[in-house]
Amino acid sequence: MPEMKQTEILVVGGGPAGLCAAAAAAQLGASVLILERDSKPGGQLVKQTHKFFGSKKQYAGDRGIHIGDFLLEQVETNPKVEVWPDTTCLGIYEDGVVTAEKDNKHIKIKPERVIVATGAAEKALMFPNNDLPGIYGAGAVQTLMNVAGVVPGKRVLMVGAGNIGLIVSYQLLQAGVEVAAVIEAAPKIGGYLVHASKIRRAGVPILTSHTVKEAYGDKTLEGAVIWQLDENWQPIPGTEQDIKVDVMCLAVGLSPLTELCWQAGCQMKYVAELSGHVPVRNEYLETTRPGLYVAGDVSGVEEASSAMVEGRLAGVSAALSLGYGKDTAPQLQAEALAELNELRSGPAGEKTMKGILKLMGKEGAAC
Amino acid sequence: MLIKTGIPTAEDLSKVYPSEERMLKGPVAIIECFQKIPCNPCTEACKQGAILPMKDINDVPEMDFDKCNGCGVCISRCPGLAIFIVDRSYSEKEAIVRIPYEFVPLPEVGQKVACLNRAGEEVGQFEVKKVVSGGKKNMTYTVWLAVPQELCMEVRNIRLGGVLHGE
Repeated sequence: MPEMKQTEILVVGGGPAGLCAAAAAAQLGASVLILERDSKPGGQLVKQTHKFFGSKKQYAGDRGIHIGDFLLEQVETNPKVEVWPDTTCLGIYEDGVVTAEKDNKHIKIKPERVIVATGAAEKALMFPNNDLPGIYGAGAVQTLMNVAGVVPGKRVLMVGAGNIGLIVSYQLLQAGVEVAAVIEAAPKIGGYLVHASKIRRAGVPILTSHTVKEAYGDKTLEGAVIWQLDENWQPIPGTEQDIKVDVMCLAVGLSPLTELCWQAGCQMKYVAELSGHVPVRNEYLETTRPGLYVAGDVSGVEEASSAMVEGRLAGVSAALSLGYGKDTAPQLQAEALAELNELRSGPAGEKTMKGILKLMGKEGAAC
Repeated sequence: MLIKTGIPTAEDLSKVYPSEERMLKGPVAIIECFQKIPCNPCTEACKQGAILPMKDINDVPEMDFDKCNGCGVCISRCPGLAIFIVDRSYSEKEAIVRIPYEFVPLPEVGQKVACLNRAGEEVGQFEVKKVVSGGKKNMTYTVWLAVPQELCMEVRNIRLGGVLHGE
């Protein structure tokens, strides 16, 4: 291995956005290196056993696990793409050098363009005894079940009725684990209602306007006390319910994993609709640091379908900026933008649309 | 209310039901999808042209019930598992309800299974008539249940037990 690894485009993160970015850039002729922290690229797709929404262009109807395999095969069979699994990106420096840890070695990379597709991390929730063993993030439970084949326990309380909470509840049922209830602090179910109906008709109650008062247990989780919230999100004394569970699963949202963007000096902006601080970027996903692009949840938490399209857009844009695909790239960019617009144009995408307008300083502009 | 409980109301359902006359003619798809989300595989699954093409991918599915022949291809193609086929022409007393199913073990033909309504409550034990695989890649099965006519718009799931990691 040379002292300084050269590549035209470096993709940080081998999830749906990163893999699509790499495939799109390589198809136009650019050489790409993907860094993936995990031993198997695919990001969250490796544990998503449910079928995806969207349209054919985003592999709708296929299961996440199969989409992950397909995207990986697409990059692995392209000689222009190199994939480094078990590699953690450590920093992006002023001189354009990117450092990473691989096989216990500190490695330097000199890319001409960088696409940051690091995804998002799960949020935690504050309540007494939230550190008891048995309290997990929903992503951890999904990994345990669907990647490692280990059930997390016998009876679960799911906290959060967004898509992740609803989908992981369904997958727990499929694994033969009882789901005592899904609770949601908001007055409405946040995830797709078809997911909610699926677990409801399997007998799982969904309690909106409910949150955790406290967890309890001697050495591990033995149960949780939940209570109802009023319209001002204040707990209503006397509504407590004791639920005996050995697992609590937190699915209370995600935060963009933006450390590399901060460190690279990208201008950042707090946009609640995009789930936190995100890098300011243009239509083609280039940040304020020239040559550094973002794609997927790192630039605002959304569904995997839009992450894949964003990846494609960033990959094409980065390759075009290096002189590849001058005749075809503008068309590909236009197609990706149209797809994103389509995916976000309904009520489910309203929040994202609003967030992007804020991010790009166009709050006043019409949608 | 659907958005609070996950259970569609009678009003929600009335918007997606075919006419009584159409129901009695033979198998027909009922799409219990009430929310505008970006999703359209059902429109591509239907080769009869019964699930109408969407102007906007966020539209809720719309059906031409006269074109639906009850083939059931859409059941396993819907990512939300929201499509059911009901055949009220099956016999005088019984109707066939076809549901999507993704649990192990699979029920066996001839087996009587606990049939559940949209709230997950058992409404009776009825016979499985057929179990059809959606294919190796699709992995969603379709289970055919013979249920009393009056329960054909109630039964939407089954419970078999199977491996439980509890007591």
